[in-house]
Amino acid sequence: MIPAPFEYVKVASVDEALSALAEHGEDAKLLAGGHSLLPIMKLRLAIPSALIDISGIADLSYVRVEGDGADAIVAIGAGTRHYELERDEVARAEVPMLPHVAGRVGDPQVRHRGTIGGTTAHSDPASDLPTALLALGGTVVLQGPGGRREVPVTEFWTGFFETAMSPDEMVVELRVPRTGSTGWGYEKFTRRENDWPIVAAAAVGSRGGGAGGPLRVALANMAGTVLRATATEEALAGGASIAEAAELADQGTSPGADMHADADYRRHLARLLTRRALETAAGAA
Amino acid sequence: MSILGTRVVRTEDPLFLTRGAVYTDDLTDERLTGALHVTFVRSQVAHGRILSVDTSAALEAPGVVAVVTATDLTDLAPIPAGFPFVDKAVIRPWLASDVVRFVGELIAVVLTEDRYQGEDAAEMVVVDIDPLPAVVGTQAAARDEVLLFPDVGTNVYAAFGEPAPEDFFAGCEVVVSQRIVNQRVAPVPLETRAAAAVWGEDGRVTIWCSNQGAQAAKMEIASWLGLDPSLVHLITPAVGGGFGAKIGADPEFALIAQVAKIVGRPVRWSESRSENLVGMLHGRAQDQVVTIGGRRDGTVEAYSLVVDQDAGAYPRLGVVLPTLTMLMAGGVYAFAKVHAQARVLGTNTTSIGAYRGAGRPEATAAVERAVDLFAAELGMDPADVRRKNVIPAFDSPHTTSMGATYDTGNYAAALDKALEAAGYADLRAEQARRREAGDVRQLGIGLSVYVEITGAGGEAGAASENATVEVHPDGTATVLTGTSPHGQGHATAWAMIASDQLGIPLEKITVLHGDTDLIPRGGGTMGSRSLQQGGAAVHQAAGELVELAKKRAAEKLEANPEDLVVDQGLAGLAVRGTPGVGITFAELAADEQLLVQTTFSANGPTFPFGAHVVVVEVDVESGKTEVVRLIAVDDAGTILNPLLADGQRHGGFAQGVAQALLEEVLYDSDGNPTTSTLADYPFISATELPSFELVEMATPTPMNPLGAKGIGEAGTIGSTPATQNAVIDAVAHLGVRHIDMPTTPMRVFRAIQQAQQGGN
Ligand SMILES: Cc1cc2nc3c(=O)[nH]c(=O)nc-3n(C[C@H](O)[C@H](O)[C@H](O)COP(=O)(O)OP(=O)(O)OC[C@H]3O[C@@H](n4cnc5c(N)ncnc54)[C@H](O)[C@@H]3O)c2cc1C
Repeated sequence: MIPAPFEYVKVASVDEALSALAEHGEDAKLLAGGHSLLPIMKLRLAIPSALIDISGIADLSYVRVEGDGADAIVAIGAGTRHYELERDEVARAEVPMLPHVAGRVGDPQVRHRGTIGGTTAHSDPASDLPTALLALGGTVVLQGPGGRREVPVTEFWTGFFETAMSPDEMVVELRVPRTGSTGWGYEKFTRRENDWPIVAAAAVGSRGGGAGGPLRVALANMAGTVLRATATEEALAGGASIAEAAELADQGTSPGADMHADADYRRHLARLLTRRALETAAGAA
Repeated sequence: MSILGTRVVRTEDPLFLTRGAVYTDDLTDERLTGALHVTFVRSQVAHGRILSVDTSAALEAPGVVAVVTATDLTDLAPIPAGFPFVDKAVIRPWLASDVVRFVGELIAVVLTEDRYQGEDAAEMVVVDIDPLPAVVGTQAAARDEVLLFPDVGTNVYAAFGEPAPEDFFAGCEVVVSQRIVNQRVAPVPLETRAAAAVWGEDGRVTIWCSNQGAQAAKMEIASWLGLDPSLVHLITPAVGGGFGAKIGADPEFALIAQVAKIVGRPVRWSESRSENLVGMLHGRAQDQVVTIGGRRDGTVEAYSLVVDQDAGAYPRLGVVLPTLTMLMAGGVYAFAKVHAQARVLGTNTTSIGAYRGAGRPEATAAVERAVDLFAAELGMDPADVRRKNVIPAFDSPHTTSMGATYDTGNYAAALDKALEAAGYADLRAEQARRREAGDVRQLGIGLSVYVEITGAGGEAGAASENATVEVHPDGTATVLTGTSPHGQGHATAWAMIASDQLGIPLEKITVLHGDTDLIPRGGGTMGSRSLQQGGAAVHQAAGELVELAKKRAAEKLEANPEDLVVDQGLAGLAVRGTPGVGITFAELAADEQLLVQTTFSANGPTFPFGAHVVVVEVDVESGKTEVVRLIAVDDAGTILNPLLADGQRHGGFAQGVAQALLEEVLYDSDGNPTTSTLADYPFISATELPSFELVEMATPTPMNPLGAKGIGEAGTIGSTPATQNAVIDAVAHLGVRHIDMPTTPMRVFRAIQQAQQGGN
C-alpha cells in the first residue's frame, strides 16, 4: 500500500505544468485531487516516474457564465473541486444538474479533494460528473504546446481510461450549455450511499427542444466509457412515451459483470434508471 | 445513590478522541529505537507447489538487512492444528516452502531499515509456484477430489454429532427444508494488526501486539517458539477493535519475535488494509440445511440443523464454532425434538476464526429463518408462530435438549415488548396497504427472538477471571484486570465498580490491563465475558479490600470490625452510628500496602436474550433495500452503564445489518480473493443505518453478584436474521420464500423474477 518511488514537481501555472509534462515525458502524470491516481499507485497498478502537482494552480478553480441568452455557456475551471461545484451559486442557478451530481460523488473527503478536470481526464466509465457532462453536452477545453483546443464531450471519452487528449495536453476547462430551468433527472444506483454507481442515468432537456435542447440521456458504467442512450433519445424524438423509450436504454451498451451486478442486471438497471431520470426531468420541466 | 446503572461518560474517550491513544504502530518505546521494518511476502496463489523462492534481487535492494525464508526457521516446529480431534498431519508452516494453501500465506520476511523500502524489496522476491486446483467452498471440499493435506486423506478436519434418525419428522403435518448460506465476512477492525519485538540481554523477549488477551497470546507464542513462558513479556497497547479476530496470537506475531532474534535487532510490523483483508481471520462461513416440521396450528415438533463449516486453510477457532452453533441450535424454542450435526472442512482460503457472536449468530440465523419459513408455509403470522413455540418464562435453570442450561429468560415478554415498541399491528396494516396498492417501495417486517451464551468456558477462556485492587496512600487506586478492552470501555466500567464500593472518585482510579509481567493471568475480552467475569472479579476484589481494611481499621479505631461501614464521602471506613469517627483507605494504605488480588469464578455462563424487529423498504423494481427502523430488546441482565451497553448494541446492530445486506468475502474459482480492498468489500457506514430504537429489559442473572449478562455480541445475533427476514417479508407476497445473505439488490431482484416465473 505504498506507491513505487516517483519524482514530485509542484507547479503554479498551466504553462509550468505543460513544460513539466514535456520535460518528464510520457511516464509523468498530472496530480490533481489524487483520488483516482493515488489509489491505483498504492496498488501499484500505476507506476508513474513523476507526479506534476497541479492542485496549486490558483486560477483553475472557477465557475462563470459566458455570453447570454440561449447561447450562454457555463465555464468551469478544471481545478474546481466537487464540493466547490456542489455549493456554487452560479452553477446551481445556471446548470443545476452539475452541482447536484457533484454532491453525489463518493463521500465528503472525496468531494473535498477530487476535481472536475481529474474525473474528466481519468475517463472511468463509472464516474458521475462525466455522465452528467455527457448528457448536458458541451466541450472539454484542452491546452497543450500547440495552444488551446475544444473537444465536444461526445468525442472526448474514447475508451476505458482513454480520452482524446494527448499526453502533452491537459484539461483546463469544461464548457457546458446553460440549462437554467430545463428539466433534468439524475439516478445513481449504489448499494451504499458513498459508492461509485453500479449504473447511473442522467437525463436533461425537454420534449419540445427549446432552451435546454431535446431530451438527452447518458449512462454510467454500461460500457468502456460513459455513453449516451441514443436509441432512447431517438425514440423520444420520434414521439415514444418515456416508458417505451426507456425500454431501449441498454441498446448499444456492453456492460461488464462484477460482484454487485452481472451484465443482465445492469441492463435492467439502465432501463429502470433511465425511465426514472426521464420522469423526473419531465416532471420538473 | 450508587453510580452503578448510570450513564457515566467514558473516561477513556478524551484520550482516544483528542491526542489519540498509543496503538502498536505508534509505539515510541526506546527499546524499539532503530527497529527494522517487516514486510511479508505472501502467496498470490491459493494452492500450489513452491518451485523456488529467489531472494537474491531483494537482498540487493536499498535498505534490505535480511530476507528470512523457511530455510532460516528449521529449528522451529511447524504450527500444530491445536485441536486434539484434528489430524496431527494438519500443520501450518511458519513460512511456506513446499505447498501454499491460501492467497496470503506467508512465504518470506523482508527486513528493511525503512518501511517504504520494504514494499519495493518484497516485490523483488521471486516466488515460482506451480498451481494446483484450488478448493473453494465447502461443497468442493467435501468431494475430497483435491486434498489440502493428502496424507490426511480428507478435507474434513472435524465432525460433530450424528445424522438425524430417519423418522425424525415422522408424524409432522408440515415439513419445510431450506439450504442457507451464512456467508464468510471480514472483521475489518479499524486498527489492522501490528506487532513489535525486542530481545533483552536477559534472554527475555518483549512483544507488543494488537490482541484481545495478552496472557493467552503470550502462552501461545511461547509454546510455538518453544520458549519457557517466563521468557516472554507481552504488552498490549491500545487496540482499535478485534471482534474476535484478535483472540490469541497470530503466527505473524511469533514470527516478528523470531526474526528479531535472527537479526539481533528490534523489529516491527504493521499491516495494510489489503493485507488485513486476506491475512486476518475471517468469520462465519457456514453452509446450513435447516428442516422444520410440525402441526398446522403452528406448533413446531422437530427441527434439524446440519452445518458445513468452512475452516479455511489452517485450523483456527473456526474449527470449534459449529459446536456453539449446535449447542444453541434450538434457540428460544421449546421444540420437542432438536437435531444438530456439523462437519468442518478445509479449503484454500483464509482461515476462519471467531467473529462477533462466533457460532451463535449462525444458530440464531438458521432457526429464525426456519421459523419464518414454517410460518410462511402455514400462512401464519411469524409473531404468532414464535409466541406459540417459545420456552415459557423461567427463573430457575432450564436445560435444553442440546445440553445448554439457560439461566433466566422471558422470551415471550421480550418479543411482546419489541412488537409493541414497533407498533406491529400498524406496520402490518401499512404493509397490506402497500401490497394492495402495488407500491414500488414495499414494506418488510422482520422478527428475530434470540438467546445466546456468554462467558462460557472454552472459546471465551475459563469461566473465571482475576482482578487486583490497590488503594494508594495518596488516595488514588489502581485496578488490574485480566480482561483486555479494545473499545468496550472497561476503564470506565471497572472504575465504576471499584468506586461504588470504596467511595474513591472515578478520576482517582486507574485501570490497567494487558501487560503480562504486571498481570500474569487473564482470560482477555471475548465471548461477551468481561463484565460478568472480569467486572465481577473487580467487584469481589474491592469487597475483599473493604474486609481487609475493616480488620486493620478495627485495631486503630478500637472498634469491632462488624461495626465498621464504608463511608462513601470519606472514601474510607466509619463506625456505624458514630459519624465522624473514621479512617480513610488512603491512611490505612500509608501504614501498610492495601491490596487485594482475587479470582472470581462463575457457576456457569449466562444466556442473554432479546427480540429485534427490523423494518425495511424494498424497491421491487430494482431490488434495493433500505432499513428504515430497527427496534431492539436486548436483555443482558442488570446494566452497569447504559451508555456503554447502548454502544455495544449499536455496534452490534451495524455489523448485523451489514452481514444481512452488504458484506461478503468472495473468492473466484481459483481461490483468488476478489474483495481484498475496501473498494470491493462493502463495509457498512452510518448512511445505511437508521437511528436505532432501544427498548430496555433487564432480567438479572444469579451467576454473578452484578446480575450482569454479556452484551457485546447480542446486537449482531439479533439484528442479522431480523434484517434478512424483513427483506424476504417485503417481497413474500410476490412468491419469494428465501434469499441468502447478503440480500443484495441483484439477489432480491432475481428472487422476485424467479418467483414470478413460478420458480424459487
Ligand atoms: C473512495 C472514493 C470514492 C469515490 N467515489 C466516486 C463516485 O462515487 N463517483 C465518481 O464519479 N468518482 C468517485 N471517486 C473518484 C473521484 O471523483 C476522483 O476525485 C476523480 O475521479 C478524479 O479526480 P482527481 O482530481 O482526484 O484526479 P487525480 O486522481 O489527481 O487524477 C486522475 C487522472 O487524471 C489526470 N488528470 C488530473 N487532472 C488533470 C487535468 N487537469 N488534465 C489532464 N489530466 C488530469 C491524472 O494525471 C490522472 O491520470 C471516488 C474516489 C475515491 C477515492
